Amino acid sequence: MNILLDLFLTFAKIGLFTFGGGYAMISMIEHDCVERKQWITHDEMMNITVIAESTPGPIAINCATFTGYKKVGFVGALVATLGMIVPSFAVIYLISMFLDNFLELTIIANAFKGIKIAVGILILDAAITMIKKMHKKKLPRTIMICSCIVMLCINIFAWNFSSISLMLIAAAVSLTVFILNGAPEQKGGAKK
Amino acid sequence: MIYLDLFLGFLKVGCFAFGGAYGAIPLIRDVVMSYGWLSDEMLTYMIAVSESTPGPIMVNLATYIGSSQAGFPGAVVATLAVVLPSFLVILLVTALLKTAMKNKYVQAVLRGLKPCVIGIVLATGVYMVLKNCFGTISAVTLNIRAIVITVVLIASILGYKHFKKKG
Repeated sequence: MNILLDLFLTFAKIGLFTFGGGYAMISMIEHDCVERKQWITHDEMMNITVIAESTPGPIAINCATFTGYKKVGFVGALVATLGMIVPSFAVIYLISMFLDNFLELTIIANAFKGIKIAVGILILDAAITMIKKMHKKKLPRTIMICSCIVMLCINIFAWNFSSISLMLIAAAVSLTVFILNGAPEQKGGAKK
Repeated sequence: MIYLDLFLGFLKVGCFAFGGAYGAIPLIRDVVMSYGWLSDEMLTYMIAVSESTPGPIMVNLATYIGSSQAGFPGAVVATLAVVLPSFLVILLVTALLKTAMKNKYVQAVLRGLKPCVIGIVLATGVYMVLKNCFGTISAVTLNIRAIVITVVLIASILGYKHFKKKG
């Protein structure tokens, strides 16, 4: 089979069968791209997972771009990434066409009122999981608590301040602290 | 122009969506609210729908919001915009800047960004729960039904985790 078509179909399959996103996809990508097709090695897969943690965007998209690029170059990256997006795009587009009518049914509208409560709790749960994995050091903790308080105020009092500005400030604070601690003399790169 | 707004709005989300699926939700809320594309209510429903459909949540939300604002072309524009930054960053990192991620200054920036994202996600979760139970600050109400559901849900999550750990 044509390698581009193969890339597209493999990632479309992964995109279609992973619910909830995130880490469920990694095991599927590992199974398909490392074990079955041998497009990338296990080590490369580990590497890209680590890089994906530190780059924006869903981890599945990052993996697709990386695998496609390794195999065929730029066009491969494009095809694999599109393959990953197309299934969810199609499903959501279909839903978007009749969701409004759907919500007009009383029983559905009531169900969604309960679901709304669950969404808040899910987000809270995700945050707690992230906190548990965080480095237990003074600076990250301070940044985390300050951003949480500021973001709460933004939400509650409808302050006109975007979360992106907040992230930029946090990045600047961390960089400043790093430089003030005499980082430039430190040799050997990212030592902790 | 709506297409340009959708493109720029979701490009911003794509650039700053660190920390996986949930890291992107507060950013999307921000953008959606500032343009007034959806009500808070509708956005929460869509988060639930995105959770239950395949694919990354960020992509699902972009597709839906694009489609609700400007039909099929809007959906395409928003979806491509949200994915574009991560696509380009990975290409750059794998093709040119193999050591960029290990650079100590890049690491220092990331050490600031990651806890900030966690704080933002935490605040969003807390705010959503508070708002469901007690309304907003301009209209404080006690929603008994919501409070009961919240307590039951939290108790069942905690119970589930407790028993899972025991095996």
